[in-house]
Amino acid sequence: MRRAKATTGRTHMNGASLKKNFFWRTLWQQRQLALMSVPMLLYIGLFNYFPLWGWITAFMDYKPALPLFQNEWVGLKNFQWLFSRPEFLRAVRNTFAMAGINLVFGFVFPILLALFLHEIRTLRFKRTVQTVTYLPHFLSWVIVVGIAQTMLNSTGAVNQLLLSLRLIDRPVFFLGEGRYFWWLVGFIHVWKECGWNSIIYLAAMSAIDPALYEAAEMDGAGRFKKMRYISLPGIRSTFMVLLIMNIGYLMEAGFEIQYLMGQNIVMDWSQTIDIFALKYGITKGQYSRAIAAGIFKSVVSIALMTSANFAAKRLGEDTLL
Amino acid sequence: MRFGSLSKGDKVYTVVSNTLLFFLLLVTLYPLLNVLSSSFSDPKAIGAGRVAIFPVDFSLDGYRELSRYTPIWVGYKNSIMYTIVGTFVNVTLTIMAAYPLSRKDFRGRGLFIVFFAFTMYFSGGMIPSYMLIRNLNLFNNFWVMVLPGALSVYNVIITRTYFQSNIPDSFLEAARLDGCTDVKFLTQVAIPLSTPIIAVNFLFYAVGHWNAFFDAMLYLSDTKMKPLQVVLRDILIESRISADFNFDSKYAEAKQSIAEILKYSTIVASTLPVMLMYPFVQKYFIKGIMLGGLKG
Repeated sequence: MRRAKATTGRTHMNGASLKKNFFWRTLWQQRQLALMSVPMLLYIGLFNYFPLWGWITAFMDYKPALPLFQNEWVGLKNFQWLFSRPEFLRAVRNTFAMAGINLVFGFVFPILLALFLHEIRTLRFKRTVQTVTYLPHFLSWVIVVGIAQTMLNSTGAVNQLLLSLRLIDRPVFFLGEGRYFWWLVGFIHVWKECGWNSIIYLAAMSAIDPALYEAAEMDGAGRFKKMRYISLPGIRSTFMVLLIMNIGYLMEAGFEIQYLMGQNIVMDWSQTIDIFALKYGITKGQYSRAIAAGIFKSVVSIALMTSANFAAKRLGEDTLL
Repeated sequence: MRFGSLSKGDKVYTVVSNTLLFFLLLVTLYPLLNVLSSSFSDPKAIGAGRVAIFPVDFSLDGYRELSRYTPIWVGYKNSIMYTIVGTFVNVTLTIMAAYPLSRKDFRGRGLFIVFFAFTMYFSGGMIPSYMLIRNLNLFNNFWVMVLPGALSVYNVIITRTYFQSNIPDSFLEAARLDGCTDVKFLTQVAIPLSTPIIAVNFLFYAVGHWNAFFDAMLYLSDTKMKPLQVVLRDILIESRISADFNFDSKYAEAKQSIAEILKYSTIVASTLPVMLMYPFVQKYFIKGIMLGGLKG
């Protein structure tokens, strides 16, 4: 209203200056909103965008002792070094493998849990399962890894169970053998987050019109059929949004769990790009190489996210951007 | 409906579903109960693998050692401080960031959102951030536990969505006619109408601070400043006990075994605040996750 009044009295002005005037006037009217946004802008600017400046050191032979621009420019040498190094290639493989396992498990288990929970008629049983399965989400990774180690060591519960079932003759060293590592990370994630991640699907299912289920029952559909033809299609759009989001996070295989659980003997299987960067950058002080590894990771993430978004658009799904 | 009156397919379904859910309950609960009962058991029984879900040879040794192990209590105090100050800063900044973004008439809103949402997928990475913290001289500084994580994009987005869908535009127009400023409208109308989302923010951020360990490990080397999770990591994962700790002569043969004894009682003690809070605030957490699922 006020805006309209402010502009009508000035019809003699030309369009451009009118627009400009209007811009400053709105800005002044909204100065409090603008001021409120300042801390956010400063924070994001300083902690999220400013560090991108550090990326140029990936193209240098950077030594922290020298002023930045006195370092020698080396072009793509650091990237070449990375890709000629089996250790880095293994870190890339491990990142994708664990992220892939987490992605699949992170959909399959929570969706299954939500499907089952949605069908439970005994409210108390449903509540109990929910309360218990949400709980591990609130434990820290330090504690989860600590618990996992006690469960998985040679006298731990898992080995005792397998021994008593005669599935194995002697204890398995789960934590000391590389080939188990990816799967352990996957299953520990399921243990910690499966219940929590099912909440969103349960919410989507409870928004499905009950008349659909009633109609299906009249037509003689059993529980499995209702799941297949009503519940699952009902969570489709939630699933698609989460899928696109998580493809953008595919390079985030998790960090703390590999850092805490990856002992030296399993390093070939446990080291991710982040841990590689941490080791070379902070422990060994080879900043340029570590930053090059970080750039590789960020660029691949963005590429994955945009292509997932693009694919979703082509398929006529909801998109994020 | 009674079981007998179900069709054959539904009977199969019920059996399968209940079996799987019971199995899941067991798998989730067993490790937790095992830790709890181990914390009340004799260390020898634990070592022999005799403890399952009930304490064996009841003993409070773990808790006795815990009460004497000062690094834990220093860590506890530090974690409480970081959590209180950090959460307060988080919630204030989140509201300040989210409110303008929720106002459809706010100029530059679209640009801010892009500027902001971009950081969800794209970051400079660990090493550039580390170099920034070093250049800001934040090593071994209290604020390094507060500032770098001062704002979570996810929380700002759910808070903004809440404001958008719960504060009617007509309220704003009415308030404007009364000459109410934007700040006044936020503090006196919007915030009181949004207590659920503010509770969600408090909880998400507080749990995050309580469980955080990575920044502390990178940036704090001063033992007096380390939060609980870092002390816990030494005990649980590295089986490492502070060198200047005088432990009971009974366990003096090996520091290793002290770590074993402390392990379970420290897990219980450090998780206690979160677990005590959990039943009362569960519904807020769930609300938070459901809001997050909405496309903002």
